[in-house]
Amino acid sequence: MQNRGPSNWKMRFAVQLIVLLYLPVAALAGPADRSISPTNIFAPVSTPAHSILGLSLFVLAVTAAIFVIVFSLLVYCVARFGKRADDDGREPPQVYGSTQVELAWTVIPILIVVVLFMATARVIASIQKGARPANAIQVIAIGHQFWWEYRYPGLKVVTANELHVPVSDPAHPTPTFITLLSADTDHSFWVPRLAGKTDLIPNHPNTMWIDPQQTGLYLGQCAQYCGTQHAKMLLRVYVQSREEFNRWIEEQSQVAHANPAVSEGQRIFKATACINCHGVTGTVADGSFGPDLTHLMSRETIASGAAPNTPENLRLWIQNPDAIKPGSKMPAMGLSDQELDAVTAYLATLR
Amino acid sequence: MVSTDSISTLRADIASRPFVAKLHDWVTTVDHKRLGILYIVYALVFLLIGGIEATIMRIQLIRPHNNFVSPSVFNQMFTMHGTTMIFFVAMPILFGFANYLMPLMIGARDMAFPRLNAFSFWLTAFGGILLYFSFLGANGLYGAGSAPDVGWFAYAPLTSQTFSRGHSTDFWILALLVSGFGSIGTAINIVATIACMRCPGMTLGKMPLLGWLNLVMAVLVILAVSPLSAAQIMLLVDRYLGGHFFDTQAGGSAVIWMHFFWIFGHPEVYVLVIPAFAFASEIIPVFSRKAIFGYPVMVAATVCIAFIGMSVWAHHMFTVGMNSNANTFFVLSTMAIAVPTGIKIFNWLATMWGGKIHFKTPMLFAIAFLFQFLVAGLTGIMLSAAPFDWQLGNSYFVVAHFHYVIVGGILFTTFGAFYYWFPKMSGKMYNETLGKLHFWLFLIGFHLTFDFMHIPGLLGMPRRIYTYEPGRGWDTFNLIVTIGVFFQGAGILVFVANLLWSYFHGETAGSDPWDAWTLEWSTSSPPPTYNFATIPEVRSRRPLWDRKHPEDPDWKYE
Repeated sequence: MQNRGPSNWKMRFAVQLIVLLYLPVAALAGPADRSISPTNIFAPVSTPAHSILGLSLFVLAVTAAIFVIVFSLLVYCVARFGKRADDDGREPPQVYGSTQVELAWTVIPILIVVVLFMATARVIASIQKGARPANAIQVIAIGHQFWWEYRYPGLKVVTANELHVPVSDPAHPTPTFITLLSADTDHSFWVPRLAGKTDLIPNHPNTMWIDPQQTGLYLGQCAQYCGTQHAKMLLRVYVQSREEFNRWIEEQSQVAHANPAVSEGQRIFKATACINCHGVTGTVADGSFGPDLTHLMSRETIASGAAPNTPENLRLWIQNPDAIKPGSKMPAMGLSDQELDAVTAYLATLR
Repeated sequence: MVSTDSISTLRADIASRPFVAKLHDWVTTVDHKRLGILYIVYALVFLLIGGIEATIMRIQLIRPHNNFVSPSVFNQMFTMHGTTMIFFVAMPILFGFANYLMPLMIGARDMAFPRLNAFSFWLTAFGGILLYFSFLGANGLYGAGSAPDVGWFAYAPLTSQTFSRGHSTDFWILALLVSGFGSIGTAINIVATIACMRCPGMTLGKMPLLGWLNLVMAVLVILAVSPLSAAQIMLLVDRYLGGHFFDTQAGGSAVIWMHFFWIFGHPEVYVLVIPAFAFASEIIPVFSRKAIFGYPVMVAATVCIAFIGMSVWAHHMFTVGMNSNANTFFVLSTMAIAVPTGIKIFNWLATMWGGKIHFKTPMLFAIAFLFQFLVAGLTGIMLSAAPFDWQLGNSYFVVAHFHYVIVGGILFTTFGAFYYWFPKMSGKMYNETLGKLHFWLFLIGFHLTFDFMHIPGLLGMPRRIYTYEPGRGWDTFNLIVTIGVFFQGAGILVFVANLLWSYFHGETAGSDPWDAWTLEWSTSSPPPTYNFATIPEVRSRRPLWDRKHPEDPDWKYE
C-alpha cells in the first residue's frame, strides 16, 4: 500500500501552494502597514474601518480553514485516484451515495454559516446603529460629476474636494457624521482607512460616520461609476488636531478679500462664464455647479485631486481642462494669454 | 449493400451542393443540433470580440496614467465587454450546448418547439448585431458613432437623456430587450422539452443531471429575464415618452433600477453557473469511471440554489444605504447559498474518490473548475459579510471574484464541454496535445490575471477607472494582471486552432470515444437529423452502463 499513497513531494507541493495562495493576504493583514498603500483596507484608523477589519480577519480565517480542508481533499483525490499505468481495465466499484456522509457535509456548513452570520450581524448593527453624540461634527457631502462639495451646516463653510475633520480622541470621541447627497448621478464615498464605502444617490440621502484617531491625510476615490471622469474623482480627507481644525473653520468662514493688484483678473473672471458655475463669497460670483473658489488657494490640489494646486496647473486648467482631466465638465474658456495670466493671478489671491 | 450505396450517394450529394444551398440550410434550419452549433459558433465569435475589449482595457491599465485609450473609449470598452460576455457569449454558448445535448440525452428527436427554437436563436443573434451596430449607428454627442458607456448594469440616472445623449444607451436597451425575448423563448422550449419529450422509462429521477440542471436554469431564465425586460421597457418610456421611473431629476428613483437590475442580475449568475455545474456533473463521473455521487442530493441542492438565489439580489447593493435589517437579511440569504453549493463540491469530490481518473483535457478543465469554484465561493462568502463588502464592493476584489466565477468556473467547464462533446458534434477527435497546451496556457494566464487582481481591491482600487494614481501600491499587481491576459489569449488561439485542425484533419471519433453512459453516445457521431432510428428505452440514469454491464446494471441499485 505504501507506494500507492500520494508521494511526499505531491503533499509538500500542496502545502506550499496553500501557503503561497494565502501569503498575499497574510502580508497585507500582518503588519497593517500603510507603507504598502495609502488606501490599504487592512490599516484602519477609524472605528468603522476597525470593526470591519476585525470581522474581515475572522471571515478570512474561517474561509482559509475551509480552503485548506477542501483543497487538500481535491489534491488527495487527484494524486491518489489517478488511473495507473498497470491498470487492469476494470471499472472501479460504483458508489451511488451515502446518507450519513451527505448529512455531515450539510450540517457542518450550516453551523459555519450560522456563526459567520452572527458575527456579521453584530458588526452591521454596531456601525449602522452607531449613536450620534451631541458634539459630533456634521458635514454634508454632495457628489458632482466629477468633484466633491462639502458643506458644514451651522459653521458657514462651503468647500470642495478636500474634506477637513477633527481628530477623535477614543476617550472622548468627536465623530464626524457625513450626510451623502448627489447633484447628478450615483457616486460612492470610499476612504478605505476610515470606513467602508457608502453611495451618494440622487433623491436618496445616506449617512455614514468616521472617528479618525490619528491626524494626517487619508486618500480614497469615488467608487461608483459616475461618468467619463469617474477615475479622477479623488477623495482627500485631512484629519487635524482640534485647534488646527478650529483655525481652518475660522479661515474658511471669512469672505474673500478684494485685492486691487489683481482687479483686471477679477474683472475678467466676472465678465466671462466663470461665475455661472463658481462662487466666490463677497463678490457677484455665486455659481454652484462647480467648486466654490473663495478659499481656492487653501487647497493643495485642483480638479478633485487630479493635479497639485500650483499657478502653472491652475493656468493650464483654465486654458484647457482636458489636458488635466479629459471629459471634465469645466469648459475651456478661450482666454488670451494675458487674460489667462490675469485670471490666474486673481485666483492665486483667494486664500 | 444497397443501403450503404444509397447513403454514400446521399453523402456525395450533400458534399457537392453549392455553398449558397448549404448556407440556406443553416439559416433556415430548425434542427436542434444545427441551432446548437449556430449558438456556439456565434458565441465564440463574440468571445473573441469581448476578449479584445478586455485586452484593450488591460493594456490601458498596465501602468498608472497610461494614455493607450481615452476615458470615454475605456468606458465603452468595459460596458461592451460586460454586456457582450454575459448576454452574447455566456448565455448563447450555454443555450447552444443545452440545445444540442438535451434532446439527445433524454432520447428525443428534437426540442418541443423547433420553430420557436430557431426564432429564439435569431432574436439573440439580432440582439448582438444591434449592440455592435452602435459603434456605427449611435450618434454620440459629436455625431460620431459611439458604443454604450453606462456600464453593463447601467445604473440610473446615468442612462437618462440628461446624462446619456445620442442613441448609444438605446442600442444597449434594445439589444438586451430583443435577446431577452430570445432567451425566454429558449427557456420555455427547454422546460417543455423536458416535460414532454423524455423517452420511455426516463422518469424525472432517471434523467441525466444535465437535464435537471438545464431545467432549473430555464426556470430561472423565465423568472429573471422578465424583470430585466420590464425594466428596459420602463427605461425606454423614461427616455422617450416622458416617464419618470428612474429619472431622479423629476423625482424618480435610482434605487428602484438597482432592484430591478439585480433581481435579474443575481439569478443570472446561477443561470450561467448551473449549466456549468451540469457539464462538470457529466464529465467528472465519466473520467473518474464512477456514477455521480448522491444524485438526489445534487438535484435537491440545485433546486435549493435556484430558490435561495432568487432572494439574494440586494447583496449587490450593500453600499447603497439600505437599513441594517435589510442588510442583515441579505447577508443571511447570501451565506445560506454556500450550503447547497458546498454540497455540490463535496459530491463531485466524492465522485472522484475511489475512482480511476483519466486525465484527459475535459477532466483537466473540470478539476481546475473545482479548485477555482472553491476559491470563488470563499471570496463570495467574504463579500456576503456586508461590512466586509462595504470595503470590497465595487473594488477590483469584486472584479476578481466574479471573473473567478465566470471564467474560472463557467468558461473552464465550457472548455471542458467543448473537448468532451466535440467528437460527438463533429465526428472527429480533437488533438489531445493541443488540448493540454490550451489548458496549461489558459490556467497560467487565468491565475496570473485573476489571482493578482484581488490585491489592488484590498488596497483600495475601485473598478471602472480608466487610469489610476501612482503611489497607491497598485502598479505591480496591475502589470502582472495584464501579462496574464496574453497567456489567456495564446490559450484561446490554441483552442481555436485545435477546433479547426481537428474538424478537418482529426481522427474519426466513433460513436462512443469516452466509453460513456448517457444516450447521446449511443447514436452515431455526428448524430443523424432524427437522432435515434428507434426511440430508446431506459431503466436507469446510465442506460449505456446497463447495456455494457448486463451482469451488474444500475437499475438494480437506483
